[in-house]
Amino acid sequence: MRSLSPLPLLLALLAGAAPARAVEPVKLGALLSVTGPAAFLGGPEQKTLELAVDDLNARGGLAGRPVQLLVKDTGGSPEKAVSLAKQLIEEDQVFAIIGPSTSGEAMAVKALAERSGTLLLSCAAAEVIVKPVARWVFKTPQNDGDAAAMIFEHLKGQGITRVALLSSNTGFGKAGKDQLEKAAPAHGLQVVLSETYDKAATDLTAEVTKVKASGAQALVNWSIEPAQAIVVKNVRQLGLGIPVYQSHGFGNIQYVKAAGPAAEGVIFPAGRLLVAESLPAANPQRALLLAYKHAYEARYHEEASTFGGHAYDALLILQQGVKVGGLDRARVRAAIEATRGLVGTAGIFNFSPTDHGGLDASAFLLLTVKDGKFVPLAK
Amino acid sequence: MTTALALQYLVAGLTYGTIYAVVGIGFNIIYNTTGIINFAQGEFVMLGGMTAASLHRLLPLPLAVLGAVALTTLVGAAVELTFIRWLRRPSVLRMIIVTIGVSILLREAALHLWGEGVRSLPYFTGDEVTALELGGARVSPQVLWSLATCGAVVVALQLFFHRTRTGREMRACAANREAAALCGLATRDLVTLSFALSAGIGALAGCVVSPITYTRYDIGASLALKGFTVAILGGLGNAGGAVAAGFLLGTLEAFSIAVLPAAYKDVLAIAILLLILFLRPSGLFGDRELARLGAS
Amino acid sequence: MPRARHLQLALLAAAVVAVQLGADAAGKPFWLTQLTMAAYGGLVVIGLCLFMGYAGQISLGHAGFFAIGGYTAAALTTADLTPRRGAALVELAARVHLLTLRPDLYGGELLTVRPWPAALAAVALAALVAALLGVPVLRLKGHYLAMATLGFGTVVSAVVVGTEGLGAADGLSGVPPFELLPGLAVAGGAEARAQNYYLAWGLVGLGMLLLLNLVHSREGRALRAIHGAEDAAGAMGIDAPRAKLRAFVLSAAFAAVGGVLMTHYTGGIGPSEASVMRSVRYVALVAVGGMGSLWGTLLTGTVLQFLSLRGVFGSFDDAVFGATLILVMLFAPEGLLRLELPAGLRAALARRRPPPAEG
Repeated sequence: MRSLSPLPLLLALLAGAAPARAVEPVKLGALLSVTGPAAFLGGPEQKTLELAVDDLNARGGLAGRPVQLLVKDTGGSPEKAVSLAKQLIEEDQVFAIIGPSTSGEAMAVKALAERSGTLLLSCAAAEVIVKPVARWVFKTPQNDGDAAAMIFEHLKGQGITRVALLSSNTGFGKAGKDQLEKAAPAHGLQVVLSETYDKAATDLTAEVTKVKASGAQALVNWSIEPAQAIVVKNVRQLGLGIPVYQSHGFGNIQYVKAAGPAAEGVIFPAGRLLVAESLPAANPQRALLLAYKHAYEARYHEEASTFGGHAYDALLILQQGVKVGGLDRARVRAAIEATRGLVGTAGIFNFSPTDHGGLDASAFLLLTVKDGKFVPLAK
Repeated sequence: MTTALALQYLVAGLTYGTIYAVVGIGFNIIYNTTGIINFAQGEFVMLGGMTAASLHRLLPLPLAVLGAVALTTLVGAAVELTFIRWLRRPSVLRMIIVTIGVSILLREAALHLWGEGVRSLPYFTGDEVTALELGGARVSPQVLWSLATCGAVVVALQLFFHRTRTGREMRACAANREAAALCGLATRDLVTLSFALSAGIGALAGCVVSPITYTRYDIGASLALKGFTVAILGGLGNAGGAVAAGFLLGTLEAFSIAVLPAAYKDVLAIAILLLILFLRPSGLFGDRELARLGAS
Repeated sequence: MPRARHLQLALLAAAVVAVQLGADAAGKPFWLTQLTMAAYGGLVVIGLCLFMGYAGQISLGHAGFFAIGGYTAAALTTADLTPRRGAALVELAARVHLLTLRPDLYGGELLTVRPWPAALAAVALAALVAALLGVPVLRLKGHYLAMATLGFGTVVSAVVVGTEGLGAADGLSGVPPFELLPGLAVAGGAEARAQNYYLAWGLVGLGMLLLLNLVHSREGRALRAIHGAEDAAGAMGIDAPRAKLRAFVLSAAFAAVGGVLMTHYTGGIGPSEASVMRSVRYVALVAVGGMGSLWGTLLTGTVLQFLSLRGVFGSFDDAVFGATLILVMLFAPEGLLRLELPAGLRAALARRRPPPAEG
């Protein structure tokens, strides 16, 4: 069961109506794709935010005031995202907005945040969201470009020169495809095939046959849907012996389970959340990752994914901004731009006026699948 | 293109085609009894896969599949009893809309019941990496399972509709509901039966394709879209036609990927289908007269 | 009955003003934003209502026309032609004042097509596609017609999501305001909220006037005759294929106008607006409004879209929608405005009562 019970809402309403409450809560908007085709992003993000806001309120809230979280489900539609963003900005006058979940929606609401001077902390990864830099827009996921570079470095180390790319027709797939195609020549790689498939694809045998026909020495697949498990399955079924690389979208153990033995040996870059337990004790992220993972898994009885982590980081960054700048939007914005060395789930954030992503390649680690588990790739 | 490669594309087409066909068949049973297309058929397929995956945690695979088919059959009957039975002589338009409503409800119920995660049944034989050699091309054994299911269902339906009393009554019911009622047939119950049967067959389809496609709460719509296409293309009411049309569509898609950017796979396949529909408005294997009567 | 129609339109105008004043008085001027968006969606559903309710046809591809309108307008008004300066076509377009220079979000400058010619091109393209598609498609009936229009919608959806130039999965953003008349622009900013609300509903009023006049004319009677019995309509000397085609093209044009204006208002468009599920939603809105009732469709269509755009139903948006659809089909097949008990239920109730004495 999903936690959509009206009870907490009712309690929150009652609590809000209670005359005893002296301090006005800080309103925080969340524009998430809880249903619709990107529900696997919005779902964990919503759960994470509810968890983290409860925790934050238990620790005294933001600048001594309780936080009221307003989650709006966009269903993955930019039109609805715009409508709901206006509602959050003009009507609810939220302090900041966390989300949206997909890059199409993020691009649609970017101008709104910019004009109204509302902080937008995007959970979507595409680099166009923060490049060129918009003053009020930040993002928390790692950069696709860094992931692409990391994969290509590894390919080069294997002496591979001809590579085939597959990507799904979503914002995530598109951003990856753009970065991969752009970065290939610099790494001395030739892209012999670059194909896009439907996000709801049910089988990809023909696409993989095309990869086989292209004579590629390796396959890089970039998607976030179940289709990425189907790809590896079809590759093995066709007896295609080439190494398969995936994007950080593969960082969800349910896809490994779904692909069974076919997932063995897949190489992909990912944040450290997936291997939190095996990190050395000295790793600065370890404590935070384990705390988030355990709290999430205890409350929702499902494995924490990196997607939920993006929402967690967004709240963390905001907390840091408020700690320095108080509840003043302009000062919080400046404080976030000045944030250095903030430990999050995705990596260690170092923002600057020209970098609203805050993460670099060190946020990633190359992982592989061994015996149905994620393990760091041996050098 | 080498022969081996062409054969591999053909096998890919066969894989797609089997998925479309096994889903498409389900549309024909309700159509054969009532003359309406059930837009919630894809959700029956999804329910079959989801239920079986849940049951498989407790039960061995064959029992899980059986259980899923039985439960979904009940859901099918319940859908008819709750939503359809009240409508007397509904127009095609109204029926399309009611069944669209049912499909949305079933999908949302699945989202709130199972969440947005992906599930799958294990391969019936072999596993995710097993494949059989077919003259240079390779095919997963699960495709053959689906193919066999298609064949078995088509033969069983043919026997049912033409050799059994209930089957013949159901066809009479579609041809002329009033006349059938006058002859003393319990037309209402026959319609309920057709929904149950069609849900059960959808669930079976959902189980056999689940290892290939995986199952998620929203997979019904995309499967139904293709299933609907092949049911129409094959000629409504003709299960064998749906299977043939399924293979045609699958093969078209596979070869379209071979020559065009894969992003446009639906464009070419559907453009050809539309062309066929314009030239033969009753589908490839449909009875022209029957289609006109049933669909107008 | 032109007087009755004028009265209805006057009532609409009064209601539009009353809602604005009411929203202001209630301190909720923000509602006008979603009411404006609902009005543009309303243009799509009243156009579809003509085709479905009056002509008795079905289209599961109307989101395709909305997308053709919206995407054409968005592509023409956002594609920067600066690098193509010097190309003969661009120079020619610039000379006949089709192009404009405008600043972008980051302080740069863009050379793009002006919104007016872009909008005209968008609507003309949608109408052209509808005319070309309509000739073969409208020969089909029932499920086959549903299938063919669904196929069209799928193709449009696959093209927009598969085409890099249309932003692929991200869609297009950064669409500028559309200055209809000097000082009157379709724009999403809060400062022009009330102005845009009146503009949108004024256009809906115009659309309603056009459609109401149409359905009460000879053309409308012909469409209803086709709805009743197409063969008989043919025997009465009605050119059924042409009448259906005109209705189809007109409804496609309405969808495209809705698409163009919505895109300028929200500043962008994405592939979900072209999806088959969106087409299904439009059909459902017409059905909930009672197929053959333009006023019913407008009312229920815009109210439901307004609530959905405000996120009133949260994660249950689609579920509420499906339930409404079924309930309306069961209990009020003529639309929410005309509630009635289903025949089966009525019969069951009648059976409970003692049969009338025979004799």
